[in-house]
Amino acid sequence: MARNTHRKNRAASQLSTRNYNPAIWLIRHLQVAISSLGRLSRAPFSTLMTTAVIGIALALPAGLHLLVGNLQALSGSWDGAASISLFLEQKVERDQADLLIDQLEKQAGITEVRLISREQALNEFKLLSGFNDALEALEENPLPNVIVVVPDEAHSEPAEAERLVTEIEKLNGVDYAQLDLQWVRRFHGITEIAKRGVLVLGALLGLAVLLIVGNTIRLEIQNRHAEIEITKLIGATNAFIRRPFLYSGLWYGFFGGIIAWVMIVLSLWLLAGPVSQLAGLYNSDFDLSGLNLLTIAGLLCGSAFLGLLGSWIAVGRHLSEIEPT
Amino acid sequence: MIHFDNVTKRYAEGYEGLSNVSFHIKPGEMVFLTGHSGAGKSTLLKLIGLLERSTRGQVRVAGRNLTRLKKREIPYHRRDVGMIFQDHRLLHELTVFDNVAMPLVVAGIGHLETGRRVRAALDKVGLLHKERAYPITLSGGEQQRVGIARAVVSKPPVVLADEPTGNLDPALSREIMSLFEQFNQVGVTLLIATHDIELISRMNHRIMTLKQSRLVEDSAG
Repeated sequence: MARNTHRKNRAASQLSTRNYNPAIWLIRHLQVAISSLGRLSRAPFSTLMTTAVIGIALALPAGLHLLVGNLQALSGSWDGAASISLFLEQKVERDQADLLIDQLEKQAGITEVRLISREQALNEFKLLSGFNDALEALEENPLPNVIVVVPDEAHSEPAEAERLVTEIEKLNGVDYAQLDLQWVRRFHGITEIAKRGVLVLGALLGLAVLLIVGNTIRLEIQNRHAEIEITKLIGATNAFIRRPFLYSGLWYGFFGGIIAWVMIVLSLWLLAGPVSQLAGLYNSDFDLSGLNLLTIAGLLCGSAFLGLLGSWIAVGRHLSEIEPT
Repeated sequence: MIHFDNVTKRYAEGYEGLSNVSFHIKPGEMVFLTGHSGAGKSTLLKLIGLLERSTRGQVRVAGRNLTRLKKREIPYHRRDVGMIFQDHRLLHELTVFDNVAMPLVVAGIGHLETGRRVRAALDKVGLLHKERAYPITLSGGEQQRVGIARAVVSKPPVVLADEPTGNLDPALSREIMSLFEQFNQVGVTLLIATHDIELISRMNHRIMTLKQSRLVEDSAG
C-alpha cells in the first residue's frame, strides 16, 4: 500500500504540462523548416508546378508595377522641361521678334529663350509631315514666328507656369501662348489610372496565390491524414502539427517569389534592346530601370507572407477536422 | 489511477457504447478487459485516451478529471497515456527509431535524451538492432513491439492496449504479454483489452468483463 501511495504521488507530480524551453523550441523550428524543405524537394515536379503558378501570378503585377514606375520616371523627366510656346502675330517680323527675345531674357523665372523662325518651322514641317508638295503650292508661309520659353525650376510647377503664361501673353506682338504641359498632365493621369489598375490586379492575383497555396496545403493535409491522426494520438499539440504545413506554405510563397523575380529580370532583358532603340528615335537616353534591392526584398517577403497566410487559412480550416478514432 | 463513476457513452445514433460503468484501477495494477466484439472494450479505452468523451458520469485518469478537461489540454493528457493498437499505427515513412522517438519529439525532449531513451525502449522490446529499419520490413510481431516501445518510451504512468495480440500466434502473444508484465513490474499501470481468454486466464491478473456495454464481472486475479 505504501508503495502504491508513493507511486501515485510520483505519477501525479509528473503529469505532462506545457513546457517551454526556448532553445529546444528554436531548434525544432529550424528542424521543421529544413525538413519541410526536404519534403518539397522530394516531389520536385509538383513543387515546381505550384511555385511556377505562384511565380507567374506574382510576376504579372510586379512587372506591371515596374513598367508604370518606368513610365512615371519618363514623364517626370518631361515635367522639368515644360516649355511655353509663344506664337507671334503674323505681321511680326524677325527683327521685332529679336526685340521680344531680349525683353523675355530679362524677365525673372525664365532660363532659356529660343526662336523658331517661320522658315525653320516650315522646313521642319515639310520634312516631318510629308505634305511637301502641298506646302510648295502655298504662295506664302502660313506659319508664324514662335518663341520657345523655358521657365526655371520654380516656375515649372503647373500653377506658376500658368501665371507666367498669362503674363507673357500680354506682351506686344504675341498672338497667344501655349503651355506644353497639358499632354504631360494627361500622361500623368493615364499613369495614375495604370497604377490603380496594377494595384487592383495585384490584389486579385495575390488572392489567387492565397488560394493556390491554400489548396496545395489542403491536399497535403489530406495525404497525411493518417500521420496527423497518429501524432495527435501520441499527444502532439495543434501547434506542433500545424508547423510543417505553415513552413511548406512559406517555402511555396518564397520560391514563387524567386521565380517571379527571375521572370521579371528575363522580361526586362528582352525589352531593354527595343526600348533603348525607341528612346533613341526620340533623342532620349532613357533606359528601363530594373528591380532595386528594396523591391526584390519586398517581392520575396510579400510572396513568402502570402504563402504563409494561405497555408494558415487552409490549416485552420482542415486540421481541426481530423481527430483520431 | 483510473476511475470510472457511472460512466455512460451514448452515440449520436442512440446506441450505447457503454452503460453506467464504474470501476477503479489502482496505480501499478495490470488489468485485462475482455468481452465479445462490440461489448464496449474499445469505447472504454477511447474514453481513457480522450478519443471520445463520456455522455454521463465521470472519468478520472492519473489525477485528471477528463470530464472537465479543455480541448487544448488533451495533448498533454495523451502524453501520460501510452496507447498500443491492434494495427500498430506506425508511420511507414519513418524508421523504427524515428517512430519510437515521436512521443519525445512531440513533448520537446532534447536530442541526446531522446536518443538515449529510444534505444533503451528498443532494447527492452528486443529490437535495438532494427532501429534503422522501416516498419514495412518487419514482421507483425516486430511491428507490434515497435508500437509498444513507442507507447512506453516517454514513461507514461498509464498504458492502454487494444487487442495487442489480435493478429499474433500464441507464442508471440505470450511474448508480448510477458513484455507487459515486465513493464508492470516497474510500476506502469496497464489496461489491456483482449478476447484471448485462454491466454489471460493462465496469467494471474485482474480481469474485467464487459457484456452488452455493461461491466458484468470484475475478478481479481
